Amino acid sequence: MDALVSTEGLAKSFAPNATPAIQSLTTKIKAGQVTGLVGPDGAGKTTLMRLIAALLQPSEGRIDVQGRDTRTEGAAIHDEIGYMPQRFGLYEDLSVMENLTLYADLRGVVGDERTATFEKLLAFTDLARFTDRLAGALSGGMKQKLGLACAMLKSPKLLLLDEPSVGVDPISRRDLWKMVYSLIDQGVGVVWSTAYLDEAENCAEVIVLNQGRVLFQGDPKDMTAKMAGRVFKLHGAGAERRALLARTLTSDDVIDGVMQGEAIRVVIAEGAAAPTAQSIGAASVTIAPTPPRFEDAFVAMLGGQPKRTLAQATRQRSDGDGKAPVQAKALTRRFGSFTAADHISFEIARGEIFGLLGPNGAGKSTTFKMMCGLLRPTEGSALVDGLDLYKAPSAARARLGYMAQKFSLYGDLSVAQNLDFFAGAYGLSGARRREAVGRVIEAFDLKPFLNENSGGLPLGFKQRLALSCAIMHEPPVLFLDEPTSGVDPLTRREFWGFINAMVGRGVTIMVTTHFMDEAEYCDRVALIYRGKCIAVDTPEALQHAVKSKDIPEPTLEDAFIALVEQHDRAQQAAA
Amino acid sequence: MSAASLKSGRWRRIRALIVKETLQVVRDPSSIVVAFVLPALLLFLFGFGITFDATRVKVGLVIEEPTPESAEFAISLSNTRYFDVRQAQSRLAFIDDLAAGKISGVIVLSGDFAERLERGDTAGVQVITDGSDPNTAGLVTGYVQGAWQSWQNQRGFAKTSSMPGQIDVQARFWFNPELESRRLLVPGSISLIMMMIGALLTALVVSREWERGTIEALLATPIGTLEFLIGKLVPNFMLGLCAMAVCVLAALFVFDIPLRGSLLILIGFTAVFMSVALSIGLLISTVAKTQFVASQMAMLVAFLPGLYFSGFLFEIASMPAPLRAFSVIVPAKYYVQGLQTIFLAGNIASVLVPCTLILVFMSTVLFALTARNTRQRLD
Amino acid sequence: MIWTRLLALIVKEMLAAFRDPKARMALVMPPLIQFFLFAFAATLEVSNVPVGVLNQDWGAQSEQLISRFERASAFSEVRRYGSEAEARAAIDRQDVMVVIQIGQDFSRKLAGNERPTVQLLLDGRKSNSAQILSNYLNTIIAQYSAAYRMGGAALQPESEIVDRSWYNPNRGYRESMVPVLIATLPMTMVLMIVGMSVARERELGTFEQLLVSPLQPLEIVVGKAVPGLIVGFAQCTIITLIVIFGFGISLTGSALVLFTGLAIFLVSIIGIALFISSLVSNQQQAMMGIMVTMMPLMMLSGFSSPVQNMPDWLQPIAQINPLTHIVVVIRGVFLRDMAFGAVAERLWPMAAIAVVTISAAAWMFRRKIQ
Repeated sequence: MDALVSTEGLAKSFAPNATPAIQSLTTKIKAGQVTGLVGPDGAGKTTLMRLIAALLQPSEGRIDVQGRDTRTEGAAIHDEIGYMPQRFGLYEDLSVMENLTLYADLRGVVGDERTATFEKLLAFTDLARFTDRLAGALSGGMKQKLGLACAMLKSPKLLLLDEPSVGVDPISRRDLWKMVYSLIDQGVGVVWSTAYLDEAENCAEVIVLNQGRVLFQGDPKDMTAKMAGRVFKLHGAGAERRALLARTLTSDDVIDGVMQGEAIRVVIAEGAAAPTAQSIGAASVTIAPTPPRFEDAFVAMLGGQPKRTLAQATRQRSDGDGKAPVQAKALTRRFGSFTAADHISFEIARGEIFGLLGPNGAGKSTTFKMMCGLLRPTEGSALVDGLDLYKAPSAARARLGYMAQKFSLYGDLSVAQNLDFFAGAYGLSGARRREAVGRVIEAFDLKPFLNENSGGLPLGFKQRLALSCAIMHEPPVLFLDEPTSGVDPLTRREFWGFINAMVGRGVTIMVTTHFMDEAEYCDRVALIYRGKCIAVDTPEALQHAVKSKDIPEPTLEDAFIALVEQHDRAQQAAA
Repeated sequence: MSAASLKSGRWRRIRALIVKETLQVVRDPSSIVVAFVLPALLLFLFGFGITFDATRVKVGLVIEEPTPESAEFAISLSNTRYFDVRQAQSRLAFIDDLAAGKISGVIVLSGDFAERLERGDTAGVQVITDGSDPNTAGLVTGYVQGAWQSWQNQRGFAKTSSMPGQIDVQARFWFNPELESRRLLVPGSISLIMMMIGALLTALVVSREWERGTIEALLATPIGTLEFLIGKLVPNFMLGLCAMAVCVLAALFVFDIPLRGSLLILIGFTAVFMSVALSIGLLISTVAKTQFVASQMAMLVAFLPGLYFSGFLFEIASMPAPLRAFSVIVPAKYYVQGLQTIFLAGNIASVLVPCTLILVFMSTVLFALTARNTRQRLD
Repeated sequence: MIWTRLLALIVKEMLAAFRDPKARMALVMPPLIQFFLFAFAATLEVSNVPVGVLNQDWGAQSEQLISRFERASAFSEVRRYGSEAEARAAIDRQDVMVVIQIGQDFSRKLAGNERPTVQLLLDGRKSNSAQILSNYLNTIIAQYSAAYRMGGAALQPESEIVDRSWYNPNRGYRESMVPVLIATLPMTMVLMIVGMSVARERELGTFEQLLVSPLQPLEIVVGKAVPGLIVGFAQCTIITLIVIFGFGISLTGSALVLFTGLAIFLVSIIGIALFISSLVSNQQQAMMGIMVTMMPLMMLSGFSSPVQNMPDWLQPIAQINPLTHIVVVIRGVFLRDMAFGAVAERLWPMAAIAVVTISAAAWMFRRKIQ
């Protein structure tokens, strides 16, 4: 098969003395298949995409697309590729149809070809109903689908997709993949960059990038196969499982460990002995080997989960009065005639991680905002630590920590200034402030960055800083809004390590997510769909509920999709 | 795809970009603000708010010793449309008001006013003005002088006519006999408006593409630099002409400014200036990647020089030499010169031709710079 | 507790406004440039302009008069034209703003004790400059006429007006305009800092972070206002010092009165800025809002042209503009040693504006948050 893209000794640096974003990269990308581009944040994925799309000039080496040099034949290359940047540039003030028409004109899709293409793409993306809607008013998933449609308008020879599934719910994600597979059948080459490693398993070939270099290129199954016999699941640890995970990870033999509902998944170092109940010091736990996933191989390839023995970020909390620290009582919010949240109720117990799940636009964010005190409920009440957020706002807010979805600290202030500000904003002064700031600096290893602008920190440290700012006042309750959306697996593990440690000390966590790996860390999840809470249970129970002949071993994602479909069917039947 | 088919798609791509820009302009409230609200506001402020024509200046009149002559002069002062006169017997009565800025001047008719007048002596009338407002101060003196002269003429025509060395001065103000400052401020503000729409709006729409990240997808399509630039220019050019039409209508019918030159020449001349303003906007956008920076630069590069160095508010010749030299490269200077001529004087080729040539030269240079600096890539 | 929170917010605002070098430039450069433009470029005086002469007289007297024009400091040169058509074309081309036409019987009439006529043909396209120019020329001609009279038989001197300016005897434009910059430049900066700050936080997502903290709406409003006041006041002080020591314009009144006025003025401007920022949802809208507000504030203030010249229906609007009042106070205190009683009449309207705008802003924030 011909190579669509070939690079030779490719390098790219943005400043003369900076570490190159891409270094001595020689590779080939084939037509008629999906090539996955994976790697941690800052590995150079986006830079490589832009180099292929002839939007950046290589500093060294060359890169050919369809035999054309990107330095000199940019215009011709642009005519043959489809490119969907990470922040897809939909014109939010143009309607769906106007966006499509613009790109059709620019790409020269006219006449009958246009009519046919539009019809096909609109049907495919399920956007036919929304052609007049402004792109800015679409949900996240629909925006991505429209972006993809714009990139696919003129069946390109090469389609470049830069993290197309960030912020997209599982259902939309499936649709995206369906669209891409249909192109493969027509012989198009697709490059799909992603931080979600379950997607890499769908690719015919993956390129693993780290620090601008290729670590691996080939069939992801080959990479996964190397891990055979090194992956185990630990069942039956019950409430102790978080402590057990933390303990297990201290062993040098264990290179990776994550929560999977009530189980713990561990990966051992090459050549290490399989873990036993004795070796991990938990007699009641049953250990069973389990088939490896691509993610296991990826983490192992990058040297395993980063391990740090960090000081505790919060003090041990007493058990309290036994009342649930977070209560939602028939929360309802209407926008005009539209009900975004309809009588949503739940309680979260102390030391519990509670997940709010739901597709884009289902009312999850509305519920979350009401719980944080950002949006006044039309009916019902939200209580934090027994205080109503709308009757005693200041006192209730002092008891919760909040970490927003995107990095929302002051990027042009230094780390120390951010910490000082948030300590002050939560009313800490004098010795208490110094103590709190000192504690998080130590716990999250922020010392080397204290005088740096927080906007320029590596992503992992931005997250640590955001978490630090949220917990300096030692809130009994912590709210996280899609904390690791678009974050690479290593940073994600590190983050959940911090969270697990805090839960171990009695902090209550509520998290919104549509990212299933995050949901796996939850003790219980609530599934929000069309403004209603359609299920509240443990992840295992939800998985168990949808078990059937077709899906004998459902993942949480399967459960999610099945439950939503079930609800739709029930609604249709009722109607 | 061959080069020929790339070329054939050019017009379609340009058209698509123009349609897109137009839709965005129509839907984006900020474009509407820049294109219509700001011009209306500026025109309004310059038309009504700023005027150097002092009408009804508040002054105090001190008549130290009432005589028939002083009463007569007081009446002739009060009768001019320039003064709002209050009378008192002592200047002490007005000193506080002058210090408080409540009146602009005090006119003192001395006790022996009448006798001095008979003798033909000086210092019969004293004018004390508030120098902290030099412009009004000068006008007060001028008006009193005028009133004094005409009163004198009325009184003793025979006596003064035979005085030797007397020279009559007749001032004739061409193009604007009533000396309404509105007649120069309105064309001047039109130049500011054109500059704002051209430079600010254009800089904003391009930097917005960078800020929102839409440029990345656009650059990955077969668009060429020239196509991209033309796609941005045409809608803003049309918008500028629309704003121009509104301004001209307002100038003619709201502010009663004559249009002595031809409308066609006005439109043509404006089009040339618009192309300069648009090129400045595009040039800014090749440097500024955020809307905030773009708007700051547009203010510094386009608006302020247009305000200070176009000669409609401040006399360029009176500025220090370095600033005078700088004003040579300010396009608004030539546009204002041309506009004032077309509106108030007529089609005077000796003004319009050089101005047009200079503007054409400027826009060519600026556009060439822009085309060179516009990057087809992200780095 | 409340003071801790407020202090943290104020410190953060100050850092946010000045830490980023680019933002610092964007805030500091425009006022600086404006300051020098205004001090040096903005002048309503007319000097250094060429004048034209169309002399149709053959006598010596007309040449004496012309040599007076040539010596006048306000004119850069005297251009002579041979015919009326030539003179007309020169005005059309804007080569000169005025042509002094001396009729052919000028010398004869002057010698014969008749009244000769001198015509000034002025370019009305620049009405203000033309008028000032015409005044200059009138004075020069009057001086010549007086000198001629003295040189001849000293008969009756003409009765004349004594013209005197107080406070600013030379009627210097700079003395009048430059002190006002003490108010206008900090106003620009404060509007920008305060008006943009909330919008920027909304865009960055940090505003939600503030809202979930125990900070209350009023605290946020105060926290945003105080840094503006500090920055504005610092700028006021610096510019006052430059005006006094750099430009040698002495302060005749009391500095205490001046700064009391400035403090109230700044609070009222901050109120306006907060109100704008409570209405907008992003930086671009804030920017537009600030521009649309700033222009009328500047132009309807008596800063560039006197309020009394405005149409009657615009005058009340000028009265609700804080800048109108502070302009009177600054010029008064700087040049006229304005008494406190007179200043107070200008202080309470500004205080009233401040109270109204700040309460409106606080109310808008409260409404938007909940």
